[in-house]
Amino acid sequence: MILTLKEVNHIADLARLNLSEEEKKKYQEQLSAILDYAARLQELDTSGIAPTASVLATTSHLRADKAGDPLPLEETLRNSANKTDNQFRVPPVFE
Amino acid sequence: MSTSLIDLSSTQMLAGLRSGAFSSRELTQAVLDRIHAVDPQVRAYLSLAPEQALVQASQADAQLTAARKSGADKLPALLGLPIAVKDLLTVKGMRCTCGSKILENFVPPFTASSIQRLLDAGVIIVGKTNMDEFAMGSSTENSAYFPTSNPWDLTRVPGGSSGGSAAAVAAREAPIAIGSDTGGSIRQPASFCGLTGIKPTYGRISRYGLIAYGSSLDSVGVLAHSVEDIVPLFQTMSGADPHDATSMDVPVPAIQLDNKTDLHGLRVGVPAEYFIEGIQPEVEAAVRKAIQTLKEMGAEIVEVSLPHTSYALPVYYLIAPAEASANLARYDGIRFGPRSTEDSLWSMFRDTRGELFGPEVKRRIMLGTYALSAGYYDAYYGQAQKVRTLIKRDFDEAYQSVDVIACPVAPTTAFKQGEHSGDPLAMYLEDVFTLPINLAGVPGLAFPVGFDSRNLPIGMQLLGPHFKEEALFKTAHAYQQVTDWHKRTPSL
Repeated sequence: MILTLKEVNHIADLARLNLSEEEKKKYQEQLSAILDYAARLQELDTSGIAPTASVLATTSHLRADKAGDPLPLEETLRNSANKTDNQFRVPPVFE
Repeated sequence: MSTSLIDLSSTQMLAGLRSGAFSSRELTQAVLDRIHAVDPQVRAYLSLAPEQALVQASQADAQLTAARKSGADKLPALLGLPIAVKDLLTVKGMRCTCGSKILENFVPPFTASSIQRLLDAGVIIVGKTNMDEFAMGSSTENSAYFPTSNPWDLTRVPGGSSGGSAAAVAAREAPIAIGSDTGGSIRQPASFCGLTGIKPTYGRISRYGLIAYGSSLDSVGVLAHSVEDIVPLFQTMSGADPHDATSMDVPVPAIQLDNKTDLHGLRVGVPAEYFIEGIQPEVEAAVRKAIQTLKEMGAEIVEVSLPHTSYALPVYYLIAPAEASANLARYDGIRFGPRSTEDSLWSMFRDTRGELFGPEVKRRIMLGTYALSAGYYDAYYGQAQKVRTLIKRDFDEAYQSVDVIACPVAPTTAFKQGEHSGDPLAMYLEDVFTLPINLAGVPGLAFPVGFDSRNLPIGMQLLGPHFKEEALFKTAHAYQQVTDWHKRTPSL
């Protein structure tokens, strides 16, 4: 298999995903199979080929730098599971 | 009355509303009654808004009646038309789950630009449709809520990820529905459900308010019974939007469809790479017959080559998960959704995400995170973006000699529920003919061209150069003038 269990643990850490031991084993197998399939991309000589930055020939447009009406504070906070004093409330960042 | 109204096309509905043959309230009630009758079997909708829809219908009726009395003809183009919307486009005040438990209680504070344009044109949203979680899937079985059934055979999948939208239209639970297409999510369900579906050019319709999956691939589009039904909604939604920097300020043509069936002067490319081993023989036969029909109508058929087609699948399954892993980082328990724990910041992130994302979403986040991680970036993501350039060039070169390209949408007709569960790679192979189009950013239009021996619909797609949707619409509309595949409906 392309991926070791240690690598799976590392990816899960980077992605902030708590996975069960069973899930880790399953993803190790499935991701290894997918990466093995993706290895065929290495067959192609892409020296001198630029990576795609945008599919369109034209560049993105920018809107005028003018202040607009933002969403009301209570609207932006409404979907949070925990908020207080017009702020999102989270566990301490530093203990 | 109710049973006949739902059999009308959206074009006929708009005409009937204008003439006063029926009211928007009657029409909306008929659609709601139909949903009540068949959705327990089909399960196309995640949520419904019957009261709000009927209030809006009454308001539309007041406008329609006043206009008839005064003789005014300046009415919004889609006034009074009930539609369904995939549950990944936000509508202010209407719960939007994206098929995920992590957004189970999310009530958006704003409306997607594409949907706002439709609302301004007078549509009535009857409900939000089921989908694979975060649009990741080809069968709607990855919905965190329940799978949707194919109205042509309830034991089969409707395709995905816009499977709820497709099933709703096929079962006449809505005359027309909005979907999104990142790797085939409009065209493949359209093909599986016997519908016409447009994936517009990347940048044609604003993505503002579309819950992001693969931002360089996502497109908003429409599923309906015919080209004629789609065009007015496509035109209403198209055009630049200050809220989406990738929406393009390209003129939207005033598309006029006529009854012309002469295709002389049209060059249709047929790519050998889309007629590969493993394709269901009945699918290939139906698509080849449709190409023959285009030829009999006067089109010139030209063999073209898209040599990098077989690399599109690995390219897509590196780029889309990479973009998804970044886009889905925002689901951390802070701003939306439930929190699994508040013990510490670290465990809040990890537990909330680990518990509330489904298996396919976690798989793609893992894959994308790996493809972007230090030491592997160049070999996977970097190489995929270079091969993407080659895939895009294939299309650019083909369009030097043809106006449109015709090919199958999917290698098979609708498969059985559960058939591909447990084997993600087999499921990914379902997208082999639809992914290249998103990687190149070109438009694709799927429409029915036959049925297999199990009476399951077969779809063909027409592809065109960037911003040339009009050629696709006109060609498929001409085809729909001489065939009646698109008029068939399942007996449900």
